[in-house]
Amino acid sequence: MSTPIYQLKRVDFIFKDEKDWKEILKNSINRPAHELINELISSELKGRGGAGFPTGLKWKLAAEVDDPIKYVICNADEGEPGTFKDREILSKVPLKVLTSMAVCGHVIGSKEGYIYLRGEYFFLQPELNKSIGEFKDYCNEINFDFTIKIFMGSGAYICGEETALFESMEGKRGEPRNKPPFPSTFGYLGKPTVINNVETLAHCYTIFEYGSKRFYDLGVQYSRGSKLFSVSGDTPKPGIYELELGMSLVDFVDEFGDGDTKAVQVGGASGFLVPRKGFRETTIGFQGKLTGISLPTGGSMMLFNSSRSMYNVLDNYLEFFREESCGQCTPCRVGCQQLLNGIKAVKRGEKNAQYLNKLMRLTETMQYTAKCGLGQSVANSFSAIVENFREEMIY
Amino acid sequence: MYPVTELIKNLADQHGRERRNLLPILQGVVEQEKYLSEYSMIEIARELDLPASEVYGTATFYSFLEYKKMGKYIIRICKTITCSMKGKNQIIKTIEDMLKINVGETTPDGNFSLLQTNCLGFCHKAPAMLINYEVYIDLTPEKVREILTGYINKKEKEE
Amino acid sequence: MAKKIKITINEVALEIEPGTSILDAARQTGVIIPTLCYHKDLCVAGNCRVCVVEIVGQKRLSAACATPCEDGMDILTNSFKVRNSRKHIIELLLSEHNADCTRCYKNGNCELQKLASDYKIMTQDFIRLSRSKNYTIDHYSPSIIKDDSKCIRCQRCVRTCEEIQGVNALTVAYKGDRMKISTFFEKPMNDVICTNCGQCINHCPTGALVEKNYIEEVWEAIADKGCHVIVQTAPAVRIGLGEELGFKVGSRVTGKMVSALKRLGFDAVMDTDFSADLTIMEEGTELMMRLKRALEDHDPDVKLPMATSCSPGWIKYIEHMYPDYLGYLSTCKSPQQMFGALAKTYYAKAKNLNPAKIVSVSIMPCTAKKFESNRPEMHDSGFRDVDYVLTTRELAIMIKQAGIDFMRLEDMSFDSLMGESTGAGVIFGATGGVMEAALRTVYELVTGRPVPFENLNITPVRGMDGVKEASIKIESPIQEWAFLDGVELKCAVAHGLINAKKVMDSIISGESHYHFVEFMACPGGCLGGGGQPIPTNPEIRRKRAEAIYAEDEGMPLRKSHQNPEILKIYNDFLLKPMGEKSHQLLHTKYSPRKRF
Repeated sequence: MSTPIYQLKRVDFIFKDEKDWKEILKNSINRPAHELINELISSELKGRGGAGFPTGLKWKLAAEVDDPIKYVICNADEGEPGTFKDREILSKVPLKVLTSMAVCGHVIGSKEGYIYLRGEYFFLQPELNKSIGEFKDYCNEINFDFTIKIFMGSGAYICGEETALFESMEGKRGEPRNKPPFPSTFGYLGKPTVINNVETLAHCYTIFEYGSKRFYDLGVQYSRGSKLFSVSGDTPKPGIYELELGMSLVDFVDEFGDGDTKAVQVGGASGFLVPRKGFRETTIGFQGKLTGISLPTGGSMMLFNSSRSMYNVLDNYLEFFREESCGQCTPCRVGCQQLLNGIKAVKRGEKNAQYLNKLMRLTETMQYTAKCGLGQSVANSFSAIVENFREEMIY
Repeated sequence: MYPVTELIKNLADQHGRERRNLLPILQGVVEQEKYLSEYSMIEIARELDLPASEVYGTATFYSFLEYKKMGKYIIRICKTITCSMKGKNQIIKTIEDMLKINVGETTPDGNFSLLQTNCLGFCHKAPAMLINYEVYIDLTPEKVREILTGYINKKEKEE
Repeated sequence: MAKKIKITINEVALEIEPGTSILDAARQTGVIIPTLCYHKDLCVAGNCRVCVVEIVGQKRLSAACATPCEDGMDILTNSFKVRNSRKHIIELLLSEHNADCTRCYKNGNCELQKLASDYKIMTQDFIRLSRSKNYTIDHYSPSIIKDDSKCIRCQRCVRTCEEIQGVNALTVAYKGDRMKISTFFEKPMNDVICTNCGQCINHCPTGALVEKNYIEEVWEAIADKGCHVIVQTAPAVRIGLGEELGFKVGSRVTGKMVSALKRLGFDAVMDTDFSADLTIMEEGTELMMRLKRALEDHDPDVKLPMATSCSPGWIKYIEHMYPDYLGYLSTCKSPQQMFGALAKTYYAKAKNLNPAKIVSVSIMPCTAKKFESNRPEMHDSGFRDVDYVLTTRELAIMIKQAGIDFMRLEDMSFDSLMGESTGAGVIFGATGGVMEAALRTVYELVTGRPVPFENLNITPVRGMDGVKEASIKIESPIQEWAFLDGVELKCAVAHGLINAKKVMDSIISGESHYHFVEFMACPGGCLGGGGQPIPTNPEIRRKRAEAIYAEDEGMPLRKSHQNPEILKIYNDFLLKPMGEKSHQLLHTKYSPRKRF
């Protein structure tokens, strides 16, 4: 199992046992904030939710704001189609996440942390609360003042967007806010807030445990470290895998494909669709690579084989976005409806094939003008599917 | 006092009466009642000193906060891409045949409601569904029939 | 003050205050960026995306209303990318919108229509979405019609109802493609706590929220030779109407308005300012009686402060929100309803008309007045006291329909009997005006001397602060009011229901002790009413207020108790303020309503 195939290297940090968490917590909170920030910065850890903001910088920005009340929030609103790794982390190694949250509290000067858990994961609550209780007991024992609570979501994909998540926690509709201001100065309840994805916090633990170099030595330039991948679709071995970043997609398909992979959806419905002809030139990692195409992902890797109609795939995505858009901004609310109705109309022959070009231009506008990442990213899969599988769209 | 009024009071005591406590209270009512009635929303608004419209506007944003009467067991079938590829339509057909209701409906005895939902996060074990807060994965028509029979028997035993 | 920052807009360099939005910065250089969800009265939403601009070096466009300028920003408001995107967004809005413009009440006065015209959206390739959604029109309210098929989800109405009024009758409900503006459980507007103030209408860019208009009914009455159609015009109409008919904001068009009404065919053109003066006589007397009972008789049941009752939006608000405090309200009807009750009694008798044949019309800056005239208790004349209420906007429509060249009209005067007024009556149209008018009369009746402010201008109660306070010390009153000697009369003025709530809460908590409080539902008072010309914004309200006070200063008489027709009506008909006849015709009671 652990033999690397091509450049695809499996690693095992995240799910490695968490038995030393007490020691790591104690050691970390005895280190000065700037040292921990530098540790994260030199690891080059970037947010694992998909957007890839440097974690160390995020903590630094919040630490620099002078406010007696700050919050640490763990984003466990894992809603991107094809992603299911955060649940696994929270059920297998919750104390790693709690430890990193507390360390973050120490770094930025916060005494309160929340885990925003998606409503679909309601069943995780009892176990997770047990861990939180155990964690709290130890904090009390060492006189460290940090409290963690679970905040349950109620079924809204958009609440994974950080400012929508704050709105939701404030008891409102989960509508993304205008930015700036950013969470580091104006987050939950208007207070400076660090919000990190579950996996990001788990990596922080690894870095606190082994030092930044161990992490930095994994992956490639701009995309350091390892990453959990949620593999699903037409694959003989669906599941969760920790791999080094920077792998080539062709290697990934060799490992996980069923021998007939037609396309891979990297990063979920809001991510990028790569057709077979693009496997070789695509690597998985954050953008910034000097040559070729590099695609970021929150971990979702969905494989489609020749039996799949890409029209159906796109139809499914668009229905998802149409329903899960918060509905406040025009390009996203109306755009998603137009795209879905549009491809249906083309398929039925009510609009001619040229109409697909108009829809392509529409996705461009959505990308430029939508208020948040949801509306901006619909273009990614839409254009790839329509460009590469145009025939399937029409006939 | 109506039981739901008391429930709402208790939830407000437990969570607090500020706006930021609204979601936990709404969730608490849905956990008990399966949905938010007009009456419940008004009581929540009263308890939190919020406009009733705000409670309504917030509740209707969230897919899991139903505002129409629901059955005792709410079945939610994941309809997102992988579950869709792996046969969620057969699962729905099976359930529809078994319970004699369509998606969006509730059985006349008020026991089951059948809904579709967006990604449940079990794409590697598709198709998946929730019954209330319980997850069922790797579904096949046989498996679904078995699961539902279990619920029906459970229900009968209770009665 | 922080150091100014340097930016360029369309390659023109400028220095601006840090924190300025791109939209405001552009306006400073004379660049107009189109907007829809933006309104100067409201918080920034940034959701329509029509105002997107390009910041050089950024791939994505930014909403000009919601993006603060940063030092060194290079902004393009009309690049190829911006124009294409903006056109796309307008097209999207149109695809969602029931763009049946020729059959729309707002045809010609719609911000979306104007944008479509400016950007020459000549094709509609996108699929018409509004057709597939089963929208029904809510027309159950006597004041407001809500048509979701014309809604563009800018949420201006929701923000208005929440931020300006604190009513929250409207909310945003559902998400995604189903997202819409809704009341609680989508009930009709007249089944929820809507106060009918019409501020949502005034802030709606399209025809999704409009007043229920009674234009045809009024034309019909005028055409009916058997009917005697009498019209009254509220104080704020004369300073707003001009805006709809080619005059600049803040123009006083009283004489032209009277001319126009006569040309439209009304049989008598009278003035609500007259009944405003009458209100002062009644309400002033009521206040003095309450003060007497409280301060001299030490009657524990007397309710102070006394709250004004002219604004029907405020009345419905207090009935919903503070049903236990209705005793604080003055029992006086609003000037509109006083006029209505007198039109079919006093006026009918004096002119020897059959009151059953009188049709009483009022021109109001207000949509709540439509609801008020429809209240069951407003039939004290034995008939419906006011038959039709038209807004300032509806009157302007009638004038246009009649082909009247308003600008060229000669000035005319109101008809007599109920047409004469004082400056005190006209300032009813501005926030603080009722208070000022009442103080001018009450102080003089109590002390025998004019109110001690230069030129009778009680400036502390003027202006646009949401809550204003004033106190006047009563010194050496006449014998009858000796107990008031040295009493400091404490007053407050609130406009915009969000401010009314603040004052009510401070009264109830015991934090504030007032004797008299003026409440107006709309920001700026009636001059900013829901029935006034669109747009209304802070600057426009300021100019209208200036016009109101100029009108006041220009009047020969400026105190209600000096109005000769008021003296006459008490002499001939009512006999005395708060007398039996007054009670029967000019006073009313209120009904508690549910908040939820």
